[in-house]
Amino acid sequence: MTVPALEVIGLSVSFRTDRGPFRAVQGLSFTVPAGRTLAIVGESGCGKSATSLAIMGLLPGSAQVTGTIRLAGQEIAELPPDARRRLRGAEMAMIFQEPMTSLNPAFTAGEQVAEALRQHRGMGRKAAAEAAIAALEQVRIPEAARRARQYPHQLSGGMRQRVMIAIALACRPRLLIADEPTTALDVTVQAQILSLLAELKRETGTATVLITHDLGVVADQADEVVVMYAGQVIERAPAARLFAMPQHPYTVGLLGAAPRLEGGGGRLASIEGTVPDLAAPPPGCRFAPRCPFAIARCAEPVPLYEMVPGHVAACHRAPLEQILEGAA
Amino acid sequence: MGLWLLRRVGQILPTLLILSMLIFGLQQLMPGDPALIMAGEERDPAVLAEIRSELMLDRPIWAQYLAWLGKILMGDFGFSWRIRMPVGALILEKLPVTLQLGLMAFVIAVAIGVPAGILSAVYKDRPADWAANGLALAGISTPNFWLGIMMILLFSVKLGWLPPSGYVPFTEDPVQSLATTIMPAFVLGSGIAGVLMRHTRAAMLTALSQDYVRTARAKGLPERLVVAKHALRNALIPVVTLGTIELGRLLAGAVLTEQIFTIPGFGKLIVDAVFNRDYPVVQGVVMATALIFVLLSLLADLLYMAINPRLRSA
Repeated sequence: MTVPALEVIGLSVSFRTDRGPFRAVQGLSFTVPAGRTLAIVGESGCGKSATSLAIMGLLPGSAQVTGTIRLAGQEIAELPPDARRRLRGAEMAMIFQEPMTSLNPAFTAGEQVAEALRQHRGMGRKAAAEAAIAALEQVRIPEAARRARQYPHQLSGGMRQRVMIAIALACRPRLLIADEPTTALDVTVQAQILSLLAELKRETGTATVLITHDLGVVADQADEVVVMYAGQVIERAPAARLFAMPQHPYTVGLLGAAPRLEGGGGRLASIEGTVPDLAAPPPGCRFAPRCPFAIARCAEPVPLYEMVPGHVAACHRAPLEQILEGAA
Repeated sequence: MGLWLLRRVGQILPTLLILSMLIFGLQQLMPGDPALIMAGEERDPAVLAEIRSELMLDRPIWAQYLAWLGKILMGDFGFSWRIRMPVGALILEKLPVTLQLGLMAFVIAVAIGVPAGILSAVYKDRPADWAANGLALAGISTPNFWLGIMMILLFSVKLGWLPPSGYVPFTEDPVQSLATTIMPAFVLGSGIAGVLMRHTRAAMLTALSQDYVRTARAKGLPERLVVAKHALRNALIPVVTLGTIELGRLLAGAVLTEQIFTIPGFGKLIVDAVFNRDYPVVQGVVMATALIFVLLSLLADLLYMAINPRLRSA
């Protein structure tokens, strides 16, 4: 069996605050094989971004990270900062939500791509500049040589996100983390960027962790999906199965809340209530206070139950058929 | 770019014209009659009238102004009533002194203030930050005259390393020239270093929290490059603004510091001229200072464009 590109086991992230530790992520585990895409889905504040920054080692000093993170079999969570830094941009890379502000306004697009190559490949200034143009061509930027000389303010949002992708993929990383890569873009540009990411994944075999709240994106892109709620995994399944047979009431609600083109008019479904306070979370199922199917037992801690091999859900009442029978 | 520069220089001329009116007009508000001061003890009406007519004081203000402006446009700054020397020659005599002192003070201020600001932003809320903030506060709040006297006491009187006062032109003896100006330059620079440090710190803290800094870190750049290249380049803009203003103030002369170290610069020249109602000198020096300020702000604009590509294409 080949070593997966990324293995995360029991990852927890907490931040020191004046009110005590804020547990942003608790006991998160997942695996991403090379060339595959894992989507992490959830509402804002569920711990998606803290997870991606923890993998990259980009969290601020006030964050405490525990658990195991293996990149191609190598444990990286315990590496000294400088060794960790050498992996960033070379073995693992990240693109962010805001292409408008993620590029440095003071440097040309080409320079910002070339920098990564000089850093990790030891290329000279000229060789790196040429390789940067090739990297911009790879992300389908027309007239790459001219664009390389332009500054971010001269590029459109979609073009900037392409430059970000070129920076991320310039050194052929094993792992790409895309944190809401299309949220800030126009719908038509979103589709272009997503299909570009899919093409590049096929070309390079890079494993991808796609952080999003957009289930439409997940359906198109992901092989496997992790659904997070209030810092915990509440369901994990292959993408097709999750959409066909969601087992956690929260996932069901999330799918119901996603707007569909064919759905026509009518009000969008929503999940009542709000996310619990992570400084003092309830002991049992964190979704129970909002869950229409909650019973007394939901106040007890809830493990991830296996529904079928490869599909787990953290719900005492799962599988769903059982809940529906009970309700009938 | 060429067109921009032309337009920018075009703006300078009306600015200087308005400034010349202000300088001339405000001076009329100064109490005291120059003719009386020049006439000394004897208040002979005939002598007074002669002085007034010689200095054009018997003419309307607008006529005096136009005559002055016309001469300035020809490069003639007038003749000092008191020192009996052409004002242009006086300015040229004092300018190298003030220029040397101002530039040295500025270099000291930048060399201390900018690195201290960067360090204190990078090590925010840690001992290095506290130390830099404490030094900045000391630099800003220590009066120049007190610091100057203390330095003379320590380095000249007690240790005997540096001359306590006087000035030697750089062209005459560079080493001695630096020895006579290093203390006043430090006195002038220390306060500005404190201000520069605070502004650099604030600008760096803003820059370090930007998304592009996170991108630079995600690229795997060493922290030193993240700070010195990605953050600093963007943090420099407010620092350049402040730096050129402070440099302009330095080149306008430093009255107290020049007095303490008996350095014959602009500061001493203008104070003497004001007390003696030596209008041509006051007008000439203030006009020269205004010109320096205007040119510095042009320099600042050019620096902005070098730092910020968004301004270049506009």
